[in-house]
Formats: sequence, structure tokens, C-alpha cells
Amino acid sequence: MIEPVISFRHFSFQYRAQKRPTLHEINLDIMPGERVLIAGPSGSGKSTLGSCINGLIPFSFPGEIQGSLTVDGVDAPTAGIFALSAHVGTVLQDPDGQFIGLTVGEDIAFALENECVAQDEMKETVGRVASLVGIGSHLELAPHELSGGQKQRVSLAGVMVDQVKVLLFDEPLANLDPATGKQAIELIDEIQRRTDTTVVIIEHRLEDVLWRSVDRIVLMNEGRIVADMRPDELLSTDLLRRHGIREPLYLSALRYAGADIRPQMRPAQADTLVIGEDEKQMIGAWMRAAGPGREAEERPVLLEVSHIGFGYTPERKILNDVSFAIREGEMVSIVGQNGAGKSTLSKLICGFETPDEGSMRFAGEDMADWSIRERAAHIGYVMQNPNQMISKTMIFDEVTLGIRGRGYSEAEIRERVEETLKICGLYPFRNWPISALSFGQKKRVTIASVLVMGPKMIILDEPTAGQDYRHYTEIMEFLRGLNEQGVTVVMITHDMHLMLEYTPRALVFSGGAMIADKSAAEVLCDPELVCRAALKETSLFHLASRCGIEPPEALVQRFIDTDREVRAHGG
Amino acid sequence: MAAKTVLNYLPRKSVVHALTGTTKLAFFLLFTFAGMLTYDTRVLLGLLVVSLLAFRVSRIKVSEVRFMLVFMLIFLLLNNFFVFVFNPNQGTEIYGTRHVLLPLPGRFAVTAEELFYLFNITLKYFVALPVAMLFISATDPSEFAASLNSIGVSYRVGYSVAIALRYIPDIQRDYHNISQAQQARGVELGRKEPLMKRLRNAVNILLPLILSSLARIDVISNAMELRGFGKKKKRTWYTKKPFGRNDYLALLLGVLLLAASIAITFADGNRFYNPFM
Repeated sequence: MIEPVISFRHFSFQYRAQKRPTLHEINLDIMPGERVLIAGPSGSGKSTLGSCINGLIPFSFPGEIQGSLTVDGVDAPTAGIFALSAHVGTVLQDPDGQFIGLTVGEDIAFALENECVAQDEMKETVGRVASLVGIGSHLELAPHELSGGQKQRVSLAGVMVDQVKVLLFDEPLANLDPATGKQAIELIDEIQRRTDTTVVIIEHRLEDVLWRSVDRIVLMNEGRIVADMRPDELLSTDLLRRHGIREPLYLSALRYAGADIRPQMRPAQADTLVIGEDEKQMIGAWMRAAGPGREAEERPVLLEVSHIGFGYTPERKILNDVSFAIREGEMVSIVGQNGAGKSTLSKLICGFETPDEGSMRFAGEDMADWSIRERAAHIGYVMQNPNQMISKTMIFDEVTLGIRGRGYSEAEIRERVEETLKICGLYPFRNWPISALSFGQKKRVTIASVLVMGPKMIILDEPTAGQDYRHYTEIMEFLRGLNEQGVTVVMITHDMHLMLEYTPRALVFSGGAMIADKSAAEVLCDPELVCRAALKETSLFHLASRCGIEPPEALVQRFIDTDREVRAHGG
Repeated sequence: MAAKTVLNYLPRKSVVHALTGTTKLAFFLLFTFAGMLTYDTRVLLGLLVVSLLAFRVSRIKVSEVRFMLVFMLIFLLLNNFFVFVFNPNQGTEIYGTRHVLLPLPGRFAVTAEELFYLFNITLKYFVALPVAMLFISATDPSEFAASLNSIGVSYRVGYSVAIALRYIPDIQRDYHNISQAQQARGVELGRKEPLMKRLRNAVNILLPLILSSLARIDVISNAMELRGFGKKKKRTWYTKKPFGRNDYLALLLGVLLLAASIAITFADGNRFYNPFM
């Protein structure tokens, strides 16, 4: 009989600082060579489960363990992090943060150095593993010369030098652009096939992981395993929706059309999905039932960018001849791969950098002579990581910071801050310390702290990065609410769902140029554009072509509208 | 990118860069020792020439280390000023003569001896500075750790220093981003602001910077432990270079300079070269 490589038995864990256990009664066997996806919303305990497997628990995060956990024949709770590292290789979610060496080669060698391997042998192993993950020709490069995907390859190579039995991926897609995320999943798939290791992926972005097949999905919620099934079976249930995990969009669309998802339809992957005549007809009927599209009225132009060019050095242009206009009350996303110039564009708009050529106008006025501070009164900028923006300990003080010294009286300041806190749903918390807030609430505080200056437009950098479906929805619905109150919202994002569901219009950047300015649905149904900008086609596009819907954007649009309605009615 | 460099590794192809970390560390120590022992102007001038030559062959430009240079010069000026204020007659006590150049009231008369003494102190700084900057700018942080380890410092300590050096650019970038976002909220750090206000505003940037740096440290230390850092008493080094001919030459030069410095300085039983008698 084959022994499981990972075996949890009546396993519970409670962090030392917590009042209640984070994991309850876990019973789980993972067989050698299996690929298992552990899914669940934030706080479900899925990352804690991963930390138990690699030994971070209890050695770096102490706490109380009950029950047993065996990993590759080792008793994990007592073995120690070093003993386990010979059996389990962990790829953490942040490819930047875990880059230890100064070059690719050195980073891959790190585990070998700690094992006192001789230098010749080390170089040979590094060379071999590096070519296995396709990074063999880059051994001399420094981290900042690598793309996000390449860094992840380095991380993978770095744990594979140990000949581990288990590869553990902790949210491998969190920091990657869509196309790179797709490649990462392909790479994991290929490595698993070639080395026959056991692969455990912890991720809440289900549809993206299912780009390549997994054997099982373990669904977690509130510290317990709520489902442990084959993907086809799980996707035929309503468990995902009930536990705050987004199911693949093509399945949602089929359900909206009234179809029933059964395991026999092989719903786990868009290209293996069996769509019968019945389903095609249902989709057709659903499409015909669409109400008339709403024509948006032409609002006046708020921000006009014309022929902007910029580079830190004259030889290397980061942005080249970029022109677009954003109208009052719009909600727009800016997409494209890392290094395409998106962040630089926002820096130019906010005045952190000065463009080399071109001009910008705000509500008809030339912005050239506006200082950073003057711009901030019209255009608010919200950084990706709220912890990098928050500099006070109390919510009220943090929000007040931006309007101090702008000539308001104390009473006016108070009134404005309170009003902003109300808009942001933070008024009840106004006297709370910021440290007591969740990530999503902190995000609101940072948004409130720029809104207080009364900007007509806000620019947000990756507003939902790293958030699960529930928190994502919470943040985005809040932004939509602001937008409905008249604030123009511009978002820089890698999240294709966000772009599709919340922003009618997308600006697509690639290599410092703007290569498209059209509806989000159109962008994601244009394979050539998707490829150039390192985006990812929506699975709805495939569904549309397989059901013969022309143009495919129509189905995408219908989906977005239905989804909106369902959400508005609390469905 | 936009973030200015304070002090970090500047990779380049040069004779100095090609030396092993251990050689550079040993040479740095020998050389600094040679400079510290002596107040003999002739020896200091000789060492200065070697120091400047080493800087020259490293192909590191002065503009790249300007921040550190300016910082050191300010420090040096302050130092000289205080040496003078605390004892304006130190020069006379050392050299045994008194040539008053500028008769200021009280004991603050400026003498040629005092100026010569201060000149020697300044010279010592200029001897040590280029070599010290070179040691940091031309040594790969990992090799730096390896070199500390090779002279008996625990590799954990060595590696912590290396990681700290390696994160300087990242933290500078964080600082830059955070300060931009704060400026947009009216936190001015410009030269127009009064000093106290600038300091208070700097705190607004420091808090998020410290928090995000702590988060960074957390991630990296977990990543290091997961890959077995600290498992054994010893470790090997991927980047460690074999000792070459130049390494032996550099070490020999270091030893000779130290020996020469000691020999010349103490030949007459006095650490000072005295042009006044």
C-alpha cells in the first residue's frame, strides 16, 4: 500500500496570541505525486495549514498543537524547520521578498551553502536545477534585472536543489501579472510531471490555478476542511459560492443562463467543459433576454493627457507619446505588464515626476505649474500598500493630516473630516487606533485621507491586491459607491476580474506606449491585444465562441450586467 | 533609478573588485591601522597617495560616493573645530614651539603648530576615507559576509550585515515612494520649511518606513529559515573566490605599508613629524 506523503490526523493548532484555535480537527491525506489545491477565503486557515507542513509552525510561529502531522515520514511538530526543509520546499508568495542572494546563481545555491556543500558541486547542482526551471542562462543577473515570473522561477529552483518530495506554493499568483500567472501555473505543472513531486498549492484564485489540472481541491473555511473533492465534483456544487470563493466565470455564466452544472460536464477547465445543445440554447435565450444597453451621456473632460513622454535617462524612455482623456464620473482601469509605464504615468499625473514632453490639463487648466500639493487637491493618489501611507496611530488624525495647513479653521477641519469619514463608512470607528483595523478598512482610511482634500479624481494603485473575493468585493463596491457620488476613479490593476466587472473602459499599456483605449470586454476578447499586454483572456470569451455568440463581447457584457444585478439584489 | 545612492555595492570590472573579500578586509584593516598609528606627516602623505591610487583603479567615480564624502567632510570640519576649541594649544604641547599667526584673545590664539596638528588629523581622515568607501562599494555584500566569516566572525552576523547592505536600495525606494505620497498630502520636506517642521514631517515618513521594513525583515527571515539558514555551525559560499596572485600582492603591500609606517614613525621615538625644530 502506498503511504500518504502528508498526513494530518485530528490536527488542531492555536497561535499563542490567539484566543481560539485557527485549525480544528484536520484530517487530510495527500498521496505522493498528487497535486492538491487548498482554497479558502482569507482567515480560513489555509496559510496556517501550509505553515504546519513546512515547519514555520511551531518553530517561527509558536502555538499549541494537538493531534499528529506526518510529512514524508517525519513527525512535523517536533522535527524542526531545518529537518523539514529537506522534505518540503516552500515557494512564498512574494518573489521579491524571498530573494536572498545577490544574483540568480547565488540565490539558488542558498540552501546548498547552508548544507556546507563544496563549491564545485554547488555550481553543478545550481546549473542543472536552473536549466530545469528555464533560467539557466541568467545565473549572473541581479534580482532587479529579472521579471516577476523569472524571480518566481528562481525561488522554485532555490527549493528544488534539496531534492524535496513536496513542493508547497503559498499564493503563487498574488504578485504576478495575468500572463505571468498563467505561465507560473504551466511551470508548476511541467515540473510536477517531470519530477513526480507532490504539489500543494494554496491559493484563492481558483480559476487561474485550474488553467492546468489538479487532482483534488481542499476547501477550507473557519479553520475546518469543508470539502475535499475532485475539481469536477466541487465545481458542480454551490460550496465555493457559499464560502466566498469565486467560481470560474464560464460556470457562473452558465448558471445565470439557467444551466445545471454536473460533474459529467467536466467543468474544471474551460476547454474540457462539455457544452451540450441544451446549454447552448439556454445561453442563446439568456442573451436574447438582455435589456437594451444604456447609453452613457457625454460628460465634460476632466483630465486630458496629450503626447506625454518621460524617461529617467534620455536613452531609455519609460513613456512615449501617450494621449488620452478621462471624463468626469468615469471609472477607468489602466492595465499592462509590469514595467509597461503604468505607475510612472500616475507619478507624472500627481507631479512626483515631471514629463519631458507633452502636456496635461485638468478641467481645462494647464497643470504644468501645479505643485504636488496643488495637484493633490484635485487628484488623490492611493498607494497599493496602506501600511506605506498610514503615518498616524489614530484614524481621525490620519484623515486630518491632509487638510492641515491649508488655511481651514479647526471647526471646518473637523466638519470636513467627519463628513469624509461618514462617506467612507468609518465614522463609527473615528476614535479607534488604526492598528485595530482589517486590511480593507485600512484601505478605506487611506482613501478617506486623500478624499478629505476634496479631489474630483482618485488614482489607486492595485486597490485589491492580495485580497480574497469577499474583501475584494467590499473594497470595489465601496469605490463604486464613491464613483456614483461623482468621484472619478482610475485604477492601475493586474486583476482582469476587476477590470471587467467594475470599469467600463480600460487603457492598455505596453512598452511605454498606450496600445488600446476601449471597453474592458472588448480588450479581453481581443487575443492579439491580450498577448501584447501580457493580460489573460477571459474564459467567457471561450464560452462565447463555443456557443457561437457573435461578437463575443456581447456575452461578456451580458454577464457583467447580470452579475451586477445579482449582486445588487444581494444574491 | 530616482532614488539616490547613499552607500552600497557598485559592481564593476576592476582589479580591486576582483580581489577576494578577505583580502579587501585584511588590507582595509592593515591600512587603517597604519594610518591610525602615525601622526608622521611624511608617512600620512605616502599612505594618502596609495589610498587615492586604490580609489582610482577601482573605477568608482567620486560622484557615486558624493553623499558619503560630503557627510565625512562636514564631520571632519566639526571635529577640527572642536579639537581647536577644547585645546587650542595642543599643537604647542606636541611640537614644543609656539609661532602665533593670529593673536585671538585668551588662549584662542591661532598658532602654526596647532594648524599643522589639525592638518595631520585631516590627513588621517583622507587616508582612511577612500579605502573605507572602497571596501564597502567594491565588495559584493555576500563576499563581505564570507570575508567576515573567514576571519572568525560568525556567519550569522556576517550575513545579517550583508542583507542589511543589500536592502539599502530597496528601503531607499520605499522611502522615496512614501515621501511622495506624503508630500501629496501636504507634508512638506522641502528646504523652504523651517527645520523643526521638517523634522516633525520626517516622522510621518519614518513610521510607515519602519513598519514596511519590519515586514520585509519578517519575510526574508522566514524565507532564509525555510532554506536551512542557521542549520549548521559552518556554511560554504557560492561566491567565494579562490586566492589569486593579486591577493597575495595586496596583502604583502598592506603588511609592508604597516611595517613602514611603524618603522618611520617610531624611528625617532616620537609619533609626530616635527618641522618646527
